Amino acid sequence: MTIIAEFSIEYLQCLDKNANLVGDLPSFAKDNAQLINLYELMVLNRTFDTKAINLQRTGKMGTYASTLGQEAVFVGIGHAMKKTDVLVPYYRDYGALLQRGATMKQILQYWGGDERGSDYEECREDFPLCVPIATQFLHATGVATAMKYRKQKRAVVATGGEGASSEGDFYEALNVAGQWQLPVVFVINNNQWAISVARQSQTGCQTIAQKAIAGGMPGIQVDGNDVIAMRDCVNQALQAARTGKGPTLIEAVTYRLCDHTTADDASRYVPKEDLDKAWQEEPIKRLQTYLETEKLWDKNKEDALIKQCQQQVSQAVEDYLNIEPQAVSAMFDYMYETLPKSLQQQRGLADL
Amino acid sequence: MAEITLVEAVTQALAYEMQRDENVILLGEDIGLNGGVFRATDGLYKKFGADRVMDTPLAESMLAGLAIGMAAQGLKPVVEFQFMGFIYPAVDQLVNHAARMRNRTRGRLTCPMVARAPFGGGIHAPEHHSESTEAMFAHIPGLKVIIPSSPARAYGLLLAAMRDPDPVIFLEPKRIYRIVKQNVPDDGKALPLEQCFVLREGSDITLISWGASMHETLQAATQLEQQGVSAEVIDVASIKPLDMDTILNSVAKTGRAVIIHEAARSNGVGAEITSVINESGLLSLLAPVQRVTGYDTVMPYMKLEKHYIPSVEKIVNSAISTLEFA
Ligand SMILES: Cc1ncc(C[n+]2csc(CCOP(=O)(O)OP(=O)(O)O)c2C)c(N)n1
Repeated sequence: MTIIAEFSIEYLQCLDKNANLVGDLPSFAKDNAQLINLYELMVLNRTFDTKAINLQRTGKMGTYASTLGQEAVFVGIGHAMKKTDVLVPYYRDYGALLQRGATMKQILQYWGGDERGSDYEECREDFPLCVPIATQFLHATGVATAMKYRKQKRAVVATGGEGASSEGDFYEALNVAGQWQLPVVFVINNNQWAISVARQSQTGCQTIAQKAIAGGMPGIQVDGNDVIAMRDCVNQALQAARTGKGPTLIEAVTYRLCDHTTADDASRYVPKEDLDKAWQEEPIKRLQTYLETEKLWDKNKEDALIKQCQQQVSQAVEDYLNIEPQAVSAMFDYMYETLPKSLQQQRGLADL
Repeated sequence: MAEITLVEAVTQALAYEMQRDENVILLGEDIGLNGGVFRATDGLYKKFGADRVMDTPLAESMLAGLAIGMAAQGLKPVVEFQFMGFIYPAVDQLVNHAARMRNRTRGRLTCPMVARAPFGGGIHAPEHHSESTEAMFAHIPGLKVIIPSSPARAYGLLLAAMRDPDPVIFLEPKRIYRIVKQNVPDDGKALPLEQCFVLREGSDITLISWGASMHETLQAATQLEQQGVSAEVIDVASIKPLDMDTILNSVAKTGRAVIIHEAARSNGVGAEITSVINESGLLSLLAPVQRVTGYDTVMPYMKLEKHYIPSVEKIVNSAISTLEFA
């Protein structure tokens, strides 16, 4: 018997679960300001998240998908991307969206049931949040095809959960991206749950990362609770993509510390021991511990940061609550560039 | 006996049939321990085990394809699509295979499967969770499309769907999943599939609807009664095959009809019903058939959805203008 192909999957980690440094810091992380910035972004993300859940609970917003415990994944992605790259998110990507220039107010507006929440002012080429699972991976390959066609040095990041990696669209995206060597980075947020379906019931694959192999691209597993490793590996994959070296699949291993959405009750199916254990490994505490050990962070700084994040979030909530409602006829105004005559009639009746 | 909701009637029918027929197997996302996101399969995993209440990987084309293969082997798969908005990856399998298997093999292989999906708006759900696209499936030869609008009809029609030898798309109006409770005896009695239900007899006008809009339609009939108008109310229930006899008999009596559906207006089931009334009942009409429907727009997000869904007021106004037509 001859072996004709062999593959391996690398695991990346900079800070272990006790916040000890494993190996060398990546070069960007030697700049303390960058580390502190990552920390601040994660804390802002969590402050926002807590408030958003609260708004839903008090009837001021619709269903909301929390990102609790997964902040490092999205903050890392946003931090590694250049303005000229394009983000094709799923629905938990606030940590990245906020760095792209989408506002907290707009994220609340989207979940509050107002379409204008997806009309981002800064990141005009980024896609809106995507609810139909895995469809976004194919959009990302299309955006990447346009970049490749125009010979641009840009790249796309598309995200999804590990559940999404069971959909046909996911495999189709990997296949075309690998075949055409498209400038795209796929990031799977493996938070161990697809609503109530556990990671081990989702796929017989040992890792999600190895699904890359069949697509013809490298697959890497990274500790998704380690924002330094996360940021570093997305950055490397993006650089490869921008310079014609093709796509990468990154599996970020993390844990959903929240319900699937505010419409879910995870206590029905998540074992409490698992949840308690996962809390010991969560990303914010980990970086905080490291920063404190390195004498880069202390209680005063922490207090000041919390206060500042809360002010920012409160302002966003106030802005959200004061939004002028849309006219009923707005539901017609973006259907087509030119509203067909038959629809003009319906539009006229709608406002009555 | 305790009164139950529409969604509990679904659970009751599933449980009854699973008990009766070991070939009935449930497949879906989060239907096991979690009991489905609307709890339609609550308790069934405990009762029947993981072999018969299968939590699958997250993939809808897979769900439909699996069901087709299982059905060809003589099993009776009942698939839960978590929301109608997520059934579309399965459309290829449903249209190109489930709907045609009997025909293309001249009856050698058949597809006795049920595809259940909650549908429709009005529960303040996020994007893609509120659409009503029953007409898409009703347009496909070989599929049956059933929509219950009360606990008793959910129970009887779902039993019938599971016993039907052909593929049935069973759409559950989630806005009324828990609005009304009814006494539904767990007697295993199925209701006929190709039949409309006359919910209220009347002589001046026929109001025709299905799904969650039945709720507003019945309220409109009550309001009309207060204005001295006697409205007959029909729950179509079987979108395909349509029971046009019941509808034509009613229109022959009243001479006027309003069709109410939440789905977008153009090319909807309302157009089909109007067309058959024109073909076979034109001479009994005293006024043009009117429609009260959703608009031809994307279903708006929750802030505007109530303006999209046909209201009692719009139904009453439409009925009055039909009555005022010379
Ligand atoms: C095509 C499709 N099927 C089903 C759903 C319903 N649904 C929403 S989220 C979800 C689970 C997603 O899990 P995963 O991909 O692991 O991402 P996570 O939400 O855990 O981040 C399901 C089944 C959907 N939105 N789209």
